[in-house]
Amino acid sequence: MTTTNGTKPGQHTVVAIVEDKPGVLQRVAGLFRRRGFNIESLAVGPTEFEGLSRMTIIVDGASAPVEQVEKQLYKLIDVVKVSDLTHEDAITRELALLKVRCNNVNRHELLDIANVFRADVVDMATNSLMLQVVGDEDKINGLIKMCEPYGIRELSRTGTIAMTRGQKTTTVHESEPEAIARVHQSQGRRVEADLPFSSD
Amino acid sequence: MVRMTGSQILLECLQREGVSTIFGYPGGVVLPLYDTLPQFPALRHVLVRHEQGAAHMADGYARASGEVGVCLATSGPGATNLVTGIATSFLDSTPMVAITGNVARTLLGKDGFQEADITGITQPITKHNYLVMRAENIAMTVREAFHIARSGRPGPVHVDIPKDVFQEEAEFEWPEEINLRGYRPTTKGHAGMIRRAADAINKAKRPIIISGHGIIWGDSSDELVALAEKAQIPVITTFLGIGGFPETHSLSYGFLGMHGMYHANMAADEADVVIGIGMRFDDRAMGRFNDFNPDATIVHIDIDPAEIGKNLPTAIPVVGHVKRVLPELTERLEVHDRSQWLGWIDKVEEEHPSLEIRETRRLIPQEIVRTLYEETNGTATLVTGVGQHQMWAGQHYFYDSPRKLVSSGGLGTMGFELPAAIGAQMGMPDSEVWAICGDAGFQMTMQELAVCVDERLPVKIAIMNNGYLGMVRQWQELFYDENFVSVAVTQPDFCKLAEAYGIRALRIESKSEVLPAVQEARNYDGPILLDFHVDQDENVWPMVPAGAALSETIEMPEKELVR
Repeated sequence: MTTTNGTKPGQHTVVAIVEDKPGVLQRVAGLFRRRGFNIESLAVGPTEFEGLSRMTIIVDGASAPVEQVEKQLYKLIDVVKVSDLTHEDAITRELALLKVRCNNVNRHELLDIANVFRADVVDMATNSLMLQVVGDEDKINGLIKMCEPYGIRELSRTGTIAMTRGQKTTTVHESEPEAIARVHQSQGRRVEADLPFSSD
Repeated sequence: MVRMTGSQILLECLQREGVSTIFGYPGGVVLPLYDTLPQFPALRHVLVRHEQGAAHMADGYARASGEVGVCLATSGPGATNLVTGIATSFLDSTPMVAITGNVARTLLGKDGFQEADITGITQPITKHNYLVMRAENIAMTVREAFHIARSGRPGPVHVDIPKDVFQEEAEFEWPEEINLRGYRPTTKGHAGMIRRAADAINKAKRPIIISGHGIIWGDSSDELVALAEKAQIPVITTFLGIGGFPETHSLSYGFLGMHGMYHANMAADEADVVIGIGMRFDDRAMGRFNDFNPDATIVHIDIDPAEIGKNLPTAIPVVGHVKRVLPELTERLEVHDRSQWLGWIDKVEEEHPSLEIRETRRLIPQEIVRTLYEETNGTATLVTGVGQHQMWAGQHYFYDSPRKLVSSGGLGTMGFELPAAIGAQMGMPDSEVWAICGDAGFQMTMQELAVCVDERLPVKIAIMNNGYLGMVRQWQELFYDENFVSVAVTQPDFCKLAEAYGIRALRIESKSEVLPAVQEARNYDGPILLDFHVDQDENVWPMVPAGAALSETIEMPEKELVR
């Protein structure tokens, strides 16, 4: 069973927009390790803004309340924004490469299977072929299951990435400080233009 | 724009951040920095005897003065020696900037002489850390480091700089603005939440305030007093919150927790609304979480949103700066008569006195602390180590203003007392600073006695010498069937040791010697060590055994009453 966006029950999809600086991955990973949150999958890549990276983290919700995960992430100075997409109408995708054993007899069967899963054949040799498939976790698991009887020689999967449908975004607009303020407010964080205390 | 070396930029920036004192220890890779130091005569460098001392001194300096403390060490072992002090600062949220040198950029990661991946090591024990790879980035890094250390929930920030970055030249420009898009501490509390908190408190029959370290760092004692007085709410503090609310105030009911006052623990357990302010519901304060007053409505006011609901389910969270939130809350509170509730706590206190010092034959530490209180009228700053003497210093001295008790509460670092007292004395040169030491913890950092002499600091050092790791001995007695293992410590003659450093020393063995010794120490202008030989078997009471609830607080057993 999955939710509308493919997140499994008990799992949470968290997107963090972080500064693209050395050590930021270690900070996030260290935080998860220290607080005992289990990472099911992690994908990091650049965003539409130079200097910002996007991390999509699938967390095992049983290991920690997702609220604590979000708050602890926010404590990291290099984390600019955190969004929980678990209950959002979002697209989640990962990509997998499979090298499957085959011969002249069963190659056509495999190609049929690939066709059903809309997987691309990206390489072919005399006794194996490589499939590339894009989809949510379930779809990729489905293809793997179908290929198993033939013999999977090698499997490589990316982490899951996610994005909300429609107008709404989870990004940070550098040129729009009000938008950032709104984002913080929607997370229950108040952003004040004037910080009147010396301690601020 | 001026062309300067990395060392010059660093020192110039420290000066502009208001730093006057640096606690440090030189070594290979920071030599370029030390070479530059004489060009900045306004920066006073205090040469410590071990880098751990530097970190504790910076911490003690910060806790006593409210300013950011700065410590400095070389790469490798110098840097790793800072770690205990940085972690101490981190767990107690004190503002510190720790600067280390590292090997030259070309050697980083190649296991060169005295290289350690110190930013990798300090990452989980700092609020933030930096490895500065270009001299042109030093100015902004220092700006950000001080801003992060002192704002929001304060904490230590570590800056690591490779040797050749100190030597590299760059254009220096003081960055006027800081733009940290991932760091915007919430200061203004949510109006709706403040309204809900006020409603809950106004309806409460038995509200209680538990105030913490945040009141002291938020500089909000007056706001807290105003709130408590208007709504007549009794105030208890956490151990680190001691002094945030005047302890001689009629609404003050001491501190709670493992060795808190019996009536404070009972009041926290009896309250219908618990208002945590600038504190984090720590296990040592709250006892077993599952059984902490399950019927109470918990209102939690703190600047760190991650503390809300971390340990206890919170009904009404208010994230913000106490200085802003408390006046807004006070405004919404009704004037109340809560004499019945206050009377209930008074009665518990009367029936179960926690602070009575009983008549004993042998010298006990409680009466030393009490004598000190009476002699100083509560004006001294007490800096403690960790263990029994720490609890007695918290219990039997009464603190009417913040920053008078300096202690490692969170990490519980033995050996904190002497270096932190040195830092506190340097941060507050006009204060009377007492290092209250255990005989075991003192031996962890006693080499810093030399700094008292170097800097001519009039620190008073009082060792509660019971020949034991007292608190460990107490646990072995109570919870491990008196199976005493590795708790008796042999010691040097502390008086002779002090004298070897050129420090005056007194040995006190009987009750009658206590008062004259304290008076002599107070009248002496210089460092002085008092070696109090106290009863070896004295235990700290009351006590909530580890893993028990506050309602299970144990008072002093009768067999211990006569000694």
